[in-house]
Amino acid sequence: MADTTQTAGGALASSALFGDIWRNGLLAAASWLLAAAVTVGFTDVVPWGQTKLFALLLVIGAGAFLELAFTVHRLGAIGRKLVHYGPWWIALGLWLAAWEVSTAKLGWLPKPFFSPPQGLLHVYLTDWDRLLVCVLYSLRLWGLGFFSGIAIGFIVGVALGWSKRFSYWGMPLLKLIGPVPASAWIPSAFFIFPTTFGASIFLVALASGIPVIILTASGVASVNRSLYDVARTLGADRRFLVLKVAIPAALPNVFVGLFMGLYSSFAVLVIAEMLGAKYGLGWYLQFQTAYSAYANVYAALILMALLCSGLVKLLFVGRDRLLGWQKGIVQW
Amino acid sequence: MVAVLASAPEPVTTGLAIELRNVSHAYDLPSGRLAVLENIDLVIEPGTCVALLGPSGSGKSTLLRLVAGLEQPETGSVLADGVPVEKPDPSRVLVFQDPTLFPWRTVRRNVALGLEAQGRLKTEGHRIDEAIARVRLTEFADAFPHQLSGGMAQRAALARALVNDPRLLLLDEPLGKLDQLTRLTMQGELLSLWQQSGFTALLVTHDVEEALLLADRVIIFSDRPARILGERRVELPHPRHRGGAELIALRREILQLLGVSEAI
Repeated sequence: MADTTQTAGGALASSALFGDIWRNGLLAAASWLLAAAVTVGFTDVVPWGQTKLFALLLVIGAGAFLELAFTVHRLGAIGRKLVHYGPWWIALGLWLAAWEVSTAKLGWLPKPFFSPPQGLLHVYLTDWDRLLVCVLYSLRLWGLGFFSGIAIGFIVGVALGWSKRFSYWGMPLLKLIGPVPASAWIPSAFFIFPTTFGASIFLVALASGIPVIILTASGVASVNRSLYDVARTLGADRRFLVLKVAIPAALPNVFVGLFMGLYSSFAVLVIAEMLGAKYGLGWYLQFQTAYSAYANVYAALILMALLCSGLVKLLFVGRDRLLGWQKGIVQW
Repeated sequence: MVAVLASAPEPVTTGLAIELRNVSHAYDLPSGRLAVLENIDLVIEPGTCVALLGPSGSGKSTLLRLVAGLEQPETGSVLADGVPVEKPDPSRVLVFQDPTLFPWRTVRRNVALGLEAQGRLKTEGHRIDEAIARVRLTEFADAFPHQLSGGMAQRAALARALVNDPRLLLLDEPLGKLDQLTRLTMQGELLSLWQQSGFTALLVTHDVEEALLLADRVIIFSDRPARILGERRVELPHPRHRGGAELIALRREILQLLGVSEAI
C-alpha cells in the first residue's frame, strides 16, 4: 500500500494527505502533547517561573494541530504550506520535549548557561518592554545607517561605473579601503565622531555601502555597449543613458551588493551596540551576559534572528518586484 | 499577412540622401592601428535600397556606424541630405545583427524607447501598437525578450526602429543569425516594409543572394581595409525569384569580383 511505503519512506513523503486526514498533523499534535506531558509530569530541578503556562501553550498548540488534521485541506495556500512543513511541526514538538528534559527536568546541561523554554517565556513576559525598546533602538540605528549607506553607495557606484575621471580617482581608493572590515574603523570612528550614535550610524553605513559601491560600479561598467548605441540612435541623451539604460541594466548586480551589505550591516550593528550604545539588542546581549542572565540572552537572540531574517525576506520581495523580468533567464 | 501589413497607416516619409566623400577610418587597438575603411566614395539616392556586400569583418559595419553618427570618420565626410553627420539622430536608425532588445523591458516598452527618449511618448504613444502590428507581434506585445524566438526578437527590433519613422534604415546583417526558414520569411517582410514606407535602406550583408533579392544596387567591398571593388545595379521588379537567370548571372559576376571560386 502506498501509505505504508510513505511511513517507511521518511518524513517528507508523508506530507501527502491521508484521505481527508492530515496524518502529520495528528503526529504533530501527539509530539506537542508529549512535550506538554513532560513539562507538567516532572518537577523542575529549580523553579523557572512559567512552567505551567508553557505546558498550557503546548496543549493549545497540540489542540490546533489536532483540529488542522481534519480541516487543513480547506485552507488553500496556507494549508498547503502547513502541510509542507508537517515534519517540522513534529520535530519541533520532539525537540521541545528533549530540551525540557535535558534542562529543567534532569539538569544535564549546566546552569546557568542553558535555560529551559519556560525560562525564555518568563523573559518575554517580564522583560518585554525593555526588549521592545531595544528592538526599536536597533531598528532605528540600522535603518539610519543602512539606508544612508546604500543611497550614497548607489550614487557613488553609478558615478564610478559611468565616469572615467571619477573612476580614475575613485577606484584606487575603493580598492585600498574597500577590503578593510568596517569593524576595524570602530576605535577611530568613536573618537572622530562627536557622539557614539553618530559613529555607529557611520559604521553601519560604511558596512552596507561598500559592497553596494563595488557591485553597482562593476554592474554599470559592464553594461552591453550596444544597448547604449541603440539608445543613442533612437535619440537618447546622457540623462536617459544613465537612468534608463545603465541603471536598469546594472540592477541585478546592485541587488547582489545590497544582500552583501545587508549581512555585513547586521554584523557591525551588533558590535557597535555592544561597544557604544545605551539600548539596542546588541547592548542587551552584552548587558545580560554580564549578569549571567542567559535566558535573556537566548530570548534576545531569537528576536534578532526573526528581525534579521525578516529584513532579508523584505529585500527578496523588493528584488522580485524590480527584477521580475529575470525569471526564466536566471536561476534564483 | 499582406493584409495586416497593408492595413497599417501609410507613413509619409521621404528617404534620406546619403553621400560619403573620400571616407577613411581606422581603430587604435592595443596591437596597433587597424585600418578598416579606405577612400570610400559613395552616393545613395533617396528611397533606394542599397546592399553593402563583402567578407565578414571587412568594415561594412563601421561604415554603418559612421552613417548613423555613432562615430566620426578619421578623414573625409559623411553627408545626409547634404548636411554633415555629427551625431546620432532618430531619423537614421540602426538595426543590429543581434536584436539588442532591452531585457528588462517588454516588447511594447522596447518599441517605446525611441519616443520615450525623444519625449514624444505622450503625444505619439499610439504609434507603438501600430509599429508592433506592422511586424505582426501584437500577441507578444507584453512578452519579455527572452520569451521570443530569434525571428520575433529581430522583428521587435525592427518595430523599435520603424516607430520613429526613420528616413534612413541602417541594417547591419539583421537576418544574419536567423535560421534559413525565418530568414526567407523576413526577407519578404523587410521588402514590404521598405516598399510601404519610402525610407532609404542601407543593408549590410555577406549573403549575395539576399543582396540581390532586396537591393536596387549592390556595392561590393574588398577585405579589410574595405575599398569599393565595384557595384551592380539590380533592375528587376519585385518580387524577384531566386532561380531567375538574371539573378544567377549577377551572382556569378559578384562572386568573381570577390574572388570566390565558381563552384560555391
